[in-house]
Amino acid sequence: MTAPYLADFTTLSNNGARAEPDWLRTTRRQGIERFAALGFPTPRNEDWHFTSVSSIAEATFTPLRGASGQVAKSALEPFQFGQSDWPVLVFVNGKYDASLSTPASLATGIRAIDLSTAMRDEPSLIEPWLGKLSPSEDRSFSALNAAFMSDGAVIHIAPYIESPIPLHVIFVSDANAAKGVAHLRNLIVAGHHSKATVIESYVSLGDSGYFTNAVTEVQVEQGATLTHYKIQRESQRAFHVHTIDAKQARDSHYLSFSFATGAALSRTNIYTNLDGEGCGATLNGLYMADDEQHVDHQTNIIHSQPNCFSREIYKGILSGSAHGVFNGKVYVYPIAQKTDGKQTNNNLLLSERARIDTKPQLEIFADDVRCTHGATVGRLDEMALFYMRSRGVSTDAATKLLTYAFAADVLETIEVEAVRSELERATLERFTGSSATP
Amino acid sequence: MTYQGIDLLALQPEERAQQGVFLAFQYPIEIPGVSNAYFLRSAFNSIRAARGQEEVDPLEFLDYMEKKLELVDMDVEMLSRSVNMGFSGGEKKRNEILQMAVLEPRLALLDETDSGLDIDALRIVANGVNALKRPDNATIVVTHYQRLLNYIVPDFVHVLAHGKIVKSGDKSLALELEAKGYDWLVEPQGALAS
Repeated sequence: MTAPYLADFTTLSNNGARAEPDWLRTTRRQGIERFAALGFPTPRNEDWHFTSVSSIAEATFTPLRGASGQVAKSALEPFQFGQSDWPVLVFVNGKYDASLSTPASLATGIRAIDLSTAMRDEPSLIEPWLGKLSPSEDRSFSALNAAFMSDGAVIHIAPYIESPIPLHVIFVSDANAAKGVAHLRNLIVAGHHSKATVIESYVSLGDSGYFTNAVTEVQVEQGATLTHYKIQRESQRAFHVHTIDAKQARDSHYLSFSFATGAALSRTNIYTNLDGEGCGATLNGLYMADDEQHVDHQTNIIHSQPNCFSREIYKGILSGSAHGVFNGKVYVYPIAQKTDGKQTNNNLLLSERARIDTKPQLEIFADDVRCTHGATVGRLDEMALFYMRSRGVSTDAATKLLTYAFAADVLETIEVEAVRSELERATLERFTGSSATP
Repeated sequence: MTYQGIDLLALQPEERAQQGVFLAFQYPIEIPGVSNAYFLRSAFNSIRAARGQEEVDPLEFLDYMEKKLELVDMDVEMLSRSVNMGFSGGEKKRNEILQMAVLEPRLALLDETDSGLDIDALRIVANGVNALKRPDNATIVVTHYQRLLNYIVPDFVHVLAHGKIVKSGDKSLALELEAKGYDWLVEPQGALAS
């Protein structure tokens, strides 16, 4: 059902509201044309084989454009890892909220502004990268995003800048987001030899149904290290599609973590291109789904140059009638000799009805590489359960503790302590109702 | 199988523990991701809750643990490690005795706790068991060898064969078995069948 989007695009173009630079108008026009040609993906599309987006395609969402939220600062506290002094950019129902944001507290050498301001006042901050790092020729949702992208975070880290304090970007939706869609576009440029951490949180106050369609473009310049966490705790009725496209220059490191517990249907694509020698990429994640939730992760690690390494651990815990999907591809070009890749996906099914489709893929076209991958699907260890029960721990408590333990090692890979302990707490609480760390 | 007036076989494993029964495993299970401290405190509090006692918080529990660790000569660092993960055979058995010390069972069953132990570990385990002995509790030690009984001196010795107690005595019976073997006590199975 592409028609409402096409009509909306025509309206937007005609009313002249967008006094935008030519290159941006071209990007938008190409986006809507691609979307019109592609339509929404169907299960016949290999990348969408296990995830049907008919619930998104058949619904009508109103674009979220105006400032429509009234979110109190205190309402965001639960999402801030107990770190009220970290710089934060807050977007309420898809629109930047200056009153809740604190870009002034950013370290010297780090610039963060909202996309709408950058489009209007400082296009030079976006033009060289926007739409180029994350192409949308054959990606429906990215094309749709290109056509309508309205707001998001634009982050520039200057060369040699090292910031010990993360920058947190929060996309919060409340009751006013109901039946709305936000096409968010973020850009992170980590200058050469810089070192920084950026966190993207997608959270909800309340339980309205809405659609988040986000794209994050990432450039990691030579010798830079970018730690990039994505935390998806959308409302249980929301739809969430997010593509992260990272491009890495020589000797750079990209460390990604995706934590997903929210949304009725979520799809996270994380792609990184190791496009210079000596790069490293670490892509880890934890997804947990219950009831009728559907959670899908697709990762693509592209080894374009020699002497790079990649590490990937994704874990999933599925209960109720939840459906998880993991598709991890590692692609090694012929010239990418000495590639060292390791990929693991482990899943824990807690109910008979829960389901996981996991597809780790190695596509190797170089001959001198070391790449391994593996996927497991299992249930709780009955012997461990019995052992704990024999010490007086109830079946219920033992089950929850073992479930938490399954997730613990991947959470331990989160290097920012405040984020790690908050996600450990959230995970433990989900399975035990208490929050003292085991 | 009646214990304190209760049919033990009708109980779930956790209910048996809550009734004061403890089984030390011959092959203790490894539980990645769950720290020893958290596991012990969960067990301790579960049993306290079943007895209508208040739960203890992590700090109180750490105090309580200090003496218990001494008993089995374990470093406090072992508490932060995952249950039995990467523990040597001896450490695993000591960890079993530590659990026993923490949970203070009325009836403890040690299933071949001496198997695979070197002499130092055996002494530590035995010292722990001896130190936990009280007038109001009992320990059943299952073993094939006198070796363990040099350190844990039994009040009673029972010989179990084909699921039945075939002979009972005091500690001298174990020494007699060590000298004469078991054959003289056990009729050949063929004879029993005929």
